[in-house]
Amino acid sequence: MTYTTHADLGGQPGFGPVTPEPEGELFHGAWEPRALALTLAMGATGSWNIDTSRAARETLPDYRDLSYYQIWLGALEQLMLQRGQVFADEIASGQMHHPAAPVARVLQAENVPAVLAKGSGTERPASAPARFAVGQAVRMHLGRVDHHTRLPAYVQGKRGTIEHIHGAHVFADANAQGLGEQPQWLYTVVFDEAELWGEGTPRQNLAVSVDAWESYLEPAA
Amino acid sequence: MTGHDHSHDHSHDHSSELGEMDLRVRALESVLTQKGYIDPAALDALIDTYQTRIGPRNGARVVARAWVDQTFHDWLMADATAAIASLGYTGRQGEHMVAVANTDDQHHMVVCTLCSCYPWPVLGLPPTWYKSAPYRSRAVKDPRGVLADFGTTLPETTRIRVWDSTAEVRYLVIPQRPVGTEGWSEDELAALVSRDSMIGTRVVEAPSARSTT
Repeated sequence: MTYTTHADLGGQPGFGPVTPEPEGELFHGAWEPRALALTLAMGATGSWNIDTSRAARETLPDYRDLSYYQIWLGALEQLMLQRGQVFADEIASGQMHHPAAPVARVLQAENVPAVLAKGSGTERPASAPARFAVGQAVRMHLGRVDHHTRLPAYVQGKRGTIEHIHGAHVFADANAQGLGEQPQWLYTVVFDEAELWGEGTPRQNLAVSVDAWESYLEPAA
Repeated sequence: MTGHDHSHDHSHDHSSELGEMDLRVRALESVLTQKGYIDPAALDALIDTYQTRIGPRNGARVVARAWVDQTFHDWLMADATAAIASLGYTGRQGEHMVAVANTDDQHHMVVCTLCSCYPWPVLGLPPTWYKSAPYRSRAVKDPRGVLADFGTTLPETTRIRVWDSTAEVRYLVIPQRPVGTEGWSEDELAALVSRDSMIGTRVVEAPSARSTT
């Protein structure tokens, strides 16, 4: 298996300027709020977790040609097709041609405020003490990962400093693969710009941090 | 469709005016409803929530409170999730909040280079630019260039700190309170606070003149 993400964009050149938009401008097309709501409502059925859905999105082959809600919609269709919840002929026709595959729960309108207000926190009890301490120097894992990960390429192999410990959190890499939550300590690791981008890049008086699970880290010499 | 000369031959069937994406989403919603996976009224409720109830005005209230109430500010810095929850803003995509306050010496900016992680309970749905490749690629390497795209210039002596939200921790920038707002009410202050200032791509400008009401 070869896992390819198209979503890891930090530091990549060639995408041009950012186009600001007014605060009230939420959607660009009547279909976008429906696509958003479909994604949230199907997510609430419990058929997959947020990490599985991120993996489905970032591996869409045409990711970089799609608008954001097109990415969400494409991933939603993939997730449901994989589970036999819908079939291609149904997506094409808009008509049910195959029996429904039961879902664990259906989000009802009256429950929407409570479900949104509750959210789904990712902090879990820790099974061991944290390996790293605030102020400690660490080096980020370097090398190909053949599954969904939350370790961006631009920090791989880089030396940083532990700035904060967030407790133990659901490990996205495992959760995305359906391997369970396997919680790990989560750290904020901060990097100097010269370490990330090299001495040749014009200085901005910049520091950048990522949030990283413990298995992404090794003690730095 | 060519767009200019269709007015004479298009039918009055509304579906002919819908784009490909509208039709695709409508078809999917229809199938999922027929299969009993979704309640269409729940979709309406979700959309209404993020169009009218949960948006950046929530975050602006957090910022304004922090500006006028030092005790709240300190609580926000120490435990943002609890402090923000005390104002009623909790839940999906804001379960683990951290607030970062701008000063003369340090300016904070938030990005998710991997997808679109964003603090929904306080800022609502992210703007298109936040999810776009230009922002996600450049924010961590050329934040001053990104700031320039927003018309924002900061002194070279101000250190820029970019928070790449790669896990489930969500960051809210507390912009600096502008000078000339001494004695303003919390409501007046909240009205000054833009969404972009709470992501860190703009600052809150000093008001040119206070309304004399």
